Amino acid sequence: MSDMKPVARPLSPHLQIYKPMLSMMMSIMHRITGVALSGGLLLFVWWLLAAALSDDYFNLVQMLFGHWLGKLVLFGFTWALIHHTLGGIRHFVWDVGRGYDLNTVETMVWWSLIGGLVLTVALWALGYWVMA
Amino acid sequence: MKTGTDMKTPLKRVRGLGASGSGTEHFWHQRVSAIFLVPLGLYMVWFAMAHLGATRAEVAASLSHPLHAVLMALGVGLAIWHSMLGLQVVIEDYVHGPVAKLAALLLNQAYAALLAGLALYALVKMSFGV
Repeated sequence: MSDMKPVARPLSPHLQIYKPMLSMMMSIMHRITGVALSGGLLLFVWWLLAAALSDDYFNLVQMLFGHWLGKLVLFGFTWALIHHTLGGIRHFVWDVGRGYDLNTVETMVWWSLIGGLVLTVALWALGYWVMA
Repeated sequence: MKTGTDMKTPLKRVRGLGASGSGTEHFWHQRVSAIFLVPLGLYMVWFAMAHLGATRAEVAASLSHPLHAVLMALGVGLAIWHSMLGLQVVIEDYVHGPVAKLAALLLNQAYAALLAGLALYALVKMSFGV
């Protein structure tokens, strides 16, 4: 095994030859949102750290998060989190061997796509309502 | 399968788990952390929502409560672990050179360790109020 040298073998056709489909796009989005959430986690930990450090530092972080650009990032963070969570729940269904027929796949994919958007907007509306 | 000078038995070979070096435990850890992250993630979102516009003292006071401290530690810790496992798969899929791949994997683990260290420090500090 270890004495094998890399050989330039022909590769099988990759993503670009397939017609884009929603289920495929959602699979890609699951990965992209996952990577984005790894960055978002830093924002959350930063907020916890600020709460542990000092009033001035906490206020600075809150001010940055409260800026429209900060809010935009946090809105994206919220959507990525909900989208990825709903995608993960879809994967649990597939993990136990269910929901593989095309109609079910399509239905689940649509529900998680729409659910992610609706819940994100609803959560932010709730946030603004609480703050008002 | 290769024959000839290789004296290894199939059992010996499978013990090393071949070229990947590991079996299904990565997948399993990803799913187990995912299952527990559903309720813990909900808790963390709720916590953030419940502290919209709160002062530092209010957030710190909440997190000094044992229930919040433990739930938050579990949530953040599990999220960091889940994220590390996920980024590992992404790196293994897209970073190919052995040196670049090793460097990226180490960086991924360092990032996770840094996040864990910062979160741990913050939660311990708020719990013990120093």
